[in-house]
Amino acid sequence: MTERELKKRTAPPKEAPEVVEEAPPSTDRGDRLKAEIDDLLDEIDEVLEDNAEEFVRNYVQKGGE
Amino acid sequence: MAIAKVYGIETEYGVQVVGGADGNPTTASSVLINSYVAQLAGRVGWDFEDESPGRDARGYVREGAMPPEVETHLVNTVLTNGARFYVDHAHPEYSSPECATPLELVIQDRAGEVVLERAMAAARRALPPGEEIVVYKNNSDGKGNSYGCHENYLMDRAVPFARLAREVTAHLVTRQVYTGAGKVGCEAEPGSAPAFEITQRADFFEEEIGLETTLKRPIVNTRDEPHADATKYRRLHVITGDANLSEVATFLKVGVTALVLLLIEDGVLEGRELVLARPVPAMRAVSHDLTLDEPLELVNGETMTALDVQWELYGAARKYSEERGLEEIGPDGAGRQVLDRWESVLAGLEAEPAALRHQLDWVAKRELIDAYCARHGCGLDDHRVAALDLQYHDIRPERSLFRRLKMERLVDDAAVEAAVTSPPTDTRAYFRGECLKRFGPSIVAANWDSIVFDLGGDPLRRVPMMEPLRGSAAHVDTLFDGCDSAAELLRRLGA
Repeated sequence: MTERELKKRTAPPKEAPEVVEEAPPSTDRGDRLKAEIDDLLDEIDEVLEDNAEEFVRNYVQKGGE
Repeated sequence: MAIAKVYGIETEYGVQVVGGADGNPTTASSVLINSYVAQLAGRVGWDFEDESPGRDARGYVREGAMPPEVETHLVNTVLTNGARFYVDHAHPEYSSPECATPLELVIQDRAGEVVLERAMAAARRALPPGEEIVVYKNNSDGKGNSYGCHENYLMDRAVPFARLAREVTAHLVTRQVYTGAGKVGCEAEPGSAPAFEITQRADFFEEEIGLETTLKRPIVNTRDEPHADATKYRRLHVITGDANLSEVATFLKVGVTALVLLLIEDGVLEGRELVLARPVPAMRAVSHDLTLDEPLELVNGETMTALDVQWELYGAARKYSEERGLEEIGPDGAGRQVLDRWESVLAGLEAEPAALRHQLDWVAKRELIDAYCARHGCGLDDHRVAALDLQYHDIRPERSLFRRLKMERLVDDAAVEAAVTSPPTDTRAYFRGECLKRFGPSIVAANWDSIVFDLGGDPLRRVPMMEPLRGSAAHVDTLFDGCDSAAELLRRLGA
């Protein structure tokens, strides 16, 4: 058995992080993350296309390949 | 038997005319490409002599002329970096030159983005004020229309195609967990409540195997067009992938697939039964399963998740690597790099996918959308979310949302800049690109496996390049040394 297979079997169950993801993180790391995301969202509010509905409606492509 | 991998990637970009009366995408694509090549010194057309994809024949258009909307007159050109830049149906398409390592492929893929960025800028200068042509590196318009990002891998012809198809399918279905570019809104079930899914492309696959690429898309594409010595080589044409902006995702998409192909070539996966019972539904199930927990049924009756399948392939690749090395992936430990990143990304997906938000497109986009919805109190059905989903892929640096996410880089800007005009040095793309740079006016056409020279009065002279790894700098630099004309080059080649 490879080392990887061992690691895999000892990894925490997936449910735990999924639950954490749903709730806002409250740790220091979570706070830093939140500040980082807030800055990013400020920036995105500035550059996001003004008329979102029209922008999305007008984006029509022909199938390719 | 495993052979050295040669890599290529072809991206069809979404194209949108802004502020102009005529929104014809074929015209817009032609204007983009003509604008780009018009600012370059010479221009060489694509040679269709050896093309046999079962598609319409295509030709050329005069500089500055607006092409009519027929396939035989679409713009088609080959660049000094060895790439092909052309209009495919109603999209600008950039086909990378042949690369000898996954990381070189990432460099060339990024160089393609730069070419498109410059084509947009050149077109803006040529168009009336207020008009602009904008391109998006994505694969869907969110309205049921898809366009592709295709990968190419050189393989040993001796591997039976039926076995290759059977053994590669589970990988193509399950690799979506790191190749996805993310999307809001399922296009396989129009009218369903918008939900986030991992890939742009999964909704569009309807068959397990076939020749089509535009309708009834198959997971395994059977196009048999090696663009090389057909007695020795196969070019596996993979059409399932998303166009990635993330360098890590492109690196893994191509690198891991090549590792899996080595395993297949050497018969390592025979008897492992990593064969999905229903690959087409599985393709969609994996894309829609954000928990990464969906059990997929195998033909032997067992079930595995996408991550289980990827770990199994990883284990096999690692064992293979320890036993006989991975030099076919590329020189200088290229295979090891892929293996290491593959492991860390799978472990990350297993533990906490959100932690990969600086590495994978779908995770980055999902985090961004979740945060946006939380701030604005909106749901996934909000137009602003759809706009954000689309604008993630905008190639213009000032508009791109992807560029604001500080994603991990694997290659540096200097290497990308060099790749905009210079070919990779370790494949035949080097010979193609260098010939174009040095003797452009004497070249009438070029394609993947030949270059056609016009020396004046003589008949045209075709130089075949049927070995993708020959024509590298190591092979031909002495040939170019002190060679000041195409005639001299051909004399030296004995052609």
